[in-house]
Amino acid sequence: MIPVAFDYVRAGSADEALAALAEHGDEAKLMAGGHSLLPMMKLRLAYPSVIVDIGRLNDLSYVNDGGDHLAIGALTRHRDIEISALVQEHAPLLAEATAHVGDPQVRHRGTIGGSLAHADAAADHPSALLAMGGSVVVRGSGGAERVIDGADLFAGFFESTIEPTEMITEVRIPKQGGQGWNFQKFNRRAQDWAIVGVSAQQVEGGARVALVNMHATPIRATAVEEALASGASAADAAEQAAVGMEPSSDLNASVEYRSHLARVLTRRALEASGIA
Amino acid sequence: MEITVEVNGTTHTRDVEPRTLLVHFIRDQAGLTGTNIGCDTSSCGACTIHVNDEAVKSCTMLAVQADGQRVTTIEGLAEGEQMHPMQEAFMNCHALQCGYCTPGMVMASISLLDENPDPSEDDVREGLEGNLCRCTGYHNIVKAVLSAAGGSQ
Ligand SMILES: Cc1cc2nc3c(=O)[nH]c(=O)nc-3n(C[C@H](O)[C@H](O)[C@H](O)COP(=O)(O)OP(=O)(O)OC[C@H]3O[C@@H](n4cnc5c(N)ncnc54)[C@H](O)[C@@H]3O)c2cc1C
Ligand code: FES
Ligand code: FES
Repeated sequence: MIPVAFDYVRAGSADEALAALAEHGDEAKLMAGGHSLLPMMKLRLAYPSVIVDIGRLNDLSYVNDGGDHLAIGALTRHRDIEISALVQEHAPLLAEATAHVGDPQVRHRGTIGGSLAHADAAADHPSALLAMGGSVVVRGSGGAERVIDGADLFAGFFESTIEPTEMITEVRIPKQGGQGWNFQKFNRRAQDWAIVGVSAQQVEGGARVALVNMHATPIRATAVEEALASGASAADAAEQAAVGMEPSSDLNASVEYRSHLARVLTRRALEASGIA
Repeated sequence: MEITVEVNGTTHTRDVEPRTLLVHFIRDQAGLTGTNIGCDTSSCGACTIHVNDEAVKSCTMLAVQADGQRVTTIEGLAEGEQMHPMQEAFMNCHALQCGYCTPGMVMASISLLDENPDPSEDDVREGLEGNLCRCTGYHNIVKAVLSAAGGSQ
């Protein structure tokens, strides 16, 4: 399968990439690792007429200690996050979720910025971002930067609040200070996306719990969080996991089965993390 | 667009359409047909090669993304008549039947040992989760990788 023909621009800097986006508007798409975009282009589900390759922006591939948070460059590949000592120490939930993405070949190419911008409810990183209270830094064509809180990043089915003329430059994850955490991913085929997944992170007085593939967007399980805050047991809090969710029904799972998985996996996550 | 890719130590400069997949560049332009196309949807790993010594699926990369990079394919492993230790291990452990998945399996296995020189059996199974073998030769493939890791046994 070969994509529809397109013009190719290789950006030498973030500002060059943003200038190309400003010039071509909706016709253009950034390509980071290409591991979500290229498969879609091969299936002709996506057919941008201009590809702006940001894969060579090595200055946006880093994990830095930002004091109270980790600053992770948007072009940092999954593999580099998985093995980063800083991520393992201060954001172990992110290291674990990343290690569950696809397979080693995918993790050698895919990037955290691409994963978050893609806004796939079935992806692993968005749930970790939500559970850890992270945010993204996006830059617009004038060079102006704004910070989008993870809670405001996902707008709908494969839809984020990032403008087509903006790009993510950095992902910020607050240091989690040795609190309990757990990541659960249920799938039936090796290397596959989660049928349902759970990211749980303990915080002062409770926990943040985010679910994978239980809604049109990556989503926080607020009913579980509220139950935990008022002292519920892991089993009782987990019973609330599907409240307010509208999961899809597909070849892998019906709505009922997904809801069941959400409850079971949430209980496991809460118990294994010591949150409740 | 003109690109230059070093494949197995030989420099290939070609004019390609931006939409050319790296696997097609390797097979059709560089003429190296050892790299197979299986699923063409990033799932099976048959097309696994190394870009700058790391395993990637060449059906999920554009040739233009490999411009200026170093690519290694199954043909680049042996030194003359001397097989690469991983090829040798696959042969000794009978780690192939029809052989279709084998080039990708060998490339993925070498990358796996580069990153984890002393893997457990589980590490090998997980490390090869991106590669499918339709002849279900997994047990012997895992044995081969463990034996390559352990040297001579
Ligand atoms: C076989 C396979 C299995 C996979 N399994 C999983 C899995 O189990 N779990 C999982 O979470 N993911 C999985 N993935 C997806 C993988 O994690 C992708 O790498 C990731 O979703 C996208 O990252 P990328 O860098 O490849 O982005 P690209 O494909 O390059 O881009 C994706 C989208 O994001 C936009 N974009 C990219 N970078 C930026 C940026 N810096 N700013 C703004 N927009 C940007 C692009 O324009 C595009 O719309 C799998 C992929 C494959 C091929
Ligand atoms: S042909 Fe590339 S992964 Fe199957
Ligand atoms: S040996 Fe036949 S597919 Fe693996």
